[in-house]
Amino acid sequence: MIQFEKFTLSNGLRVIVHEDHATPMAVVNIMYDVGARDEDPNKTGFAHLFEHLMFGGSVNIEDYETPLQMAGGENNAYTSNDLTNYYVQLPAENLETAFWLESDRMLSLAFSKKSLEVQRKVVSEEFKEHYINKPYGDVWFKMREMAYKVHPYRWMTIGKELSHIEQASLADVKHFFAKHYRPVNAILVVGGHVKTEQVKQLAEKWFGDIPSGEKYIRSIPAEPRQMAARRMEVHAPVPLDALYKTWHMDDRLSHGYYVADLITEVMGGGGSSRLYQSLVKEKKLFSNIECFHFGTVDKGLITIEGKLVKGVKMEDAEKAVEDELDKLKQDGISEKELTKIKNKTESAIAFEDMSVMTRANNLAFYELLGDANLFNSDREKYFSVTAEEVLQHSRQILDVNNSNTLTYYSEN
Amino acid sequence: MPNRTIAPAIKDPVDFDIVLPRCEKNILSNGVEVYSLNMGNEDTLLLNWVFYAGNWYENKKTVSAATNYLLKNGTTGRDAFSINEHFEYYGAYLNRSCYCETSEITLHTLNRHVYALLPVVAELITDAVFPGEELAIYQQNSQQRLKVNLQKSEFVAGRLIDSFLFGPAHPYGKYNNAEDYAAVQREDLLTFYDTFYRQGRCVIFAAGKLPPDLLPELEKYFGKLPLRNHRAQPLIVPHTVQPSPDKKRQVMNDPDGVQAAIRMARPFPNRHHPDFQKAQVLNNVFGGFFGSRLMGNIREDKGYTYGIYSYLLNYIHESGWMISTEAGRDVSEATIREIHHEMASLRNEPVDEEELMMTRNFIIGQVLGDLDGPFQVIGRWKNMVLNDVEEDYFYQGLEIVRRITATELQELANKYLHPEDFYELVVV
Repeated sequence: MIQFEKFTLSNGLRVIVHEDHATPMAVVNIMYDVGARDEDPNKTGFAHLFEHLMFGGSVNIEDYETPLQMAGGENNAYTSNDLTNYYVQLPAENLETAFWLESDRMLSLAFSKKSLEVQRKVVSEEFKEHYINKPYGDVWFKMREMAYKVHPYRWMTIGKELSHIEQASLADVKHFFAKHYRPVNAILVVGGHVKTEQVKQLAEKWFGDIPSGEKYIRSIPAEPRQMAARRMEVHAPVPLDALYKTWHMDDRLSHGYYVADLITEVMGGGGSSRLYQSLVKEKKLFSNIECFHFGTVDKGLITIEGKLVKGVKMEDAEKAVEDELDKLKQDGISEKELTKIKNKTESAIAFEDMSVMTRANNLAFYELLGDANLFNSDREKYFSVTAEEVLQHSRQILDVNNSNTLTYYSEN
Repeated sequence: MPNRTIAPAIKDPVDFDIVLPRCEKNILSNGVEVYSLNMGNEDTLLLNWVFYAGNWYENKKTVSAATNYLLKNGTTGRDAFSINEHFEYYGAYLNRSCYCETSEITLHTLNRHVYALLPVVAELITDAVFPGEELAIYQQNSQQRLKVNLQKSEFVAGRLIDSFLFGPAHPYGKYNNAEDYAAVQREDLLTFYDTFYRQGRCVIFAAGKLPPDLLPELEKYFGKLPLRNHRAQPLIVPHTVQPSPDKKRQVMNDPDGVQAAIRMARPFPNRHHPDFQKAQVLNNVFGGFFGSRLMGNIREDKGYTYGIYSYLLNYIHESGWMISTEAGRDVSEATIREIHHEMASLRNEPVDEEELMMTRNFIIGQVLGDLDGPFQVIGRWKNMVLNDVEEDYFYQGLEIVRRITATELQELANKYLHPEDFYELVVV
């Protein structure tokens, strides 16, 4: 059980304190309830670009990094399709420095023109580094567009195309800030060697006078149920053929999410998983194969992806994957497999919980989902999954009409 | 309403009293040392078996990596699947990794399962059989992975810079081609395994909330094996560094590439050299973290790259000073110019007091943050044991961070940061 206390400032900022006196450090984590799913389809990649701009100076503090480093702290941030998260770790004695820095950039950014110009370039280089002219670098752009017709998960966090980032204007930046970066849309988690009373005082002092802002009410169109299999073929100068398949799964708060998570473990988690053993080791059709999902808040995708052994026909490789799926849909999983994947999950949670930073991050995430207490019930939810549910859900999820298949052929 | 224009008072991290949690050393009856650190609140445990079985010791390329990878792919009594299943059934992670000097097996597990896992780890160290079919799959899949990687300029650049710096025959500089994977024979693995694992030099590290009977259990399964103390004399003659005669190289790997992988590197002595820990401070100022000069100039001011870093290579015998970035293809020359410019400014002007103080505080803050988890702390001990330095090395390092002067840093820059001493590689 993770212990924490929660309170809300009058401007709507939710604050969670998680004391852990085994460490000399403090963690300050601020999660904003905005991600790539909240973007305008013509201005994709903006939530992530904005994250970069949060380091370009705030209204009273020209330089975010230097004072933090002076206090012995470090920080980073990430943006996903669902949310944006900023985190600081520093010696607990210097906790107030993090409050000062984070509250000032929540109060207002400096909106520097130079920062926008530079970060547009930096993000363009990030885009290039990961996706342009990289072998298989376009797969997820294409797969998302095939799998999602309506929901904004149809574009990547980095953006649909470079031009969207290149065109971002200062007016866009200001508008985005006013809409999403207000106390009422944020969650502050303070963890480590801190006292709840002290955090209450600091939160009131530094964040209390920031105007609340308007609560952002998300209205994202739900992805309609997929009724027929979709396929796409890509030919590109890569050395090996590859196969990518996805199926729609339940959202983060549904019981089905936990079932789907365990299904990916059975199929693709580690050297004794079904796909690896059968298709890499026994049949030697793939040189690697994985099964995973994206862990998204809204309905996500279960994925199987693998590279074919040179010379193997795509049809044979795909048929073999289908055979494994049929086996699962027909016979479900054994008690031994169920115990294995639950043991793995228990262990994964225990190792993850070792870090205060991860705990603080998770508390913020569960609060964003609706209630930080969900953190403590996750383990039980995994343990409540039955073999029968795995069977039933695998039939629903892995249905051919729910599938998206991308066959990636080597031109070399 | 707080005055937001004034930073809250801080306690300078340089004034913190930092203590490295102590590690207990025990010796098994065969001479193998066990370093254990009892720390942490979760019932989790890390065990790490380090063998002197890196590519330093192989006679033929890829043999050490293949042996390490295939350790868990079959013993007399178990096939690869049942070994994997055994560890995964208990929710444990059994990883292996191969470096230049050493090669490792690492186990992460919940404490209560360790008893079921130790005998199987012992089996991997004494009775691995390296089935021919497993080797064939490994060879094929490694070759395929290599093909994909060779399309990436950063991968190509990483291999080439190492070979320029140390020479293509040196363990730090050599790299594998498809035919090297093909040439490995099962007999090569069996011989290597017998010498460097079964009867190899080994040292064990353990960290976490340790069960009280862990040591007797380690003695039971590992204390009677024909393993040797890691300080025993090695069998192989040392390798000599044979750097490339050319300093500058441009490689065209992908004519359509939109970025250039830039690597610059110079030789640097190992941890026993008095400059090593001092250079780490200078490296921090130069390119060691987000607030460094390279990052500040080339990313945060010019926007040429998503990231640029410099670092000292983590090898035992020799080190090197490396600068690494992926920059826009059209700004690759400008990027190199700016790197030279940052070297020059460190040579020509002393680091100002505020920047130096920030660097000191940042490094100490990092160390402090690093000492709050058992796995990180044992990592520091491991680094000291493998590099053959004593505990006071850690405290000397802290003292250097606290006391080094701007003049000393400038002297170091004048000694080491000359562009003409660096190999310079650009791969598009």
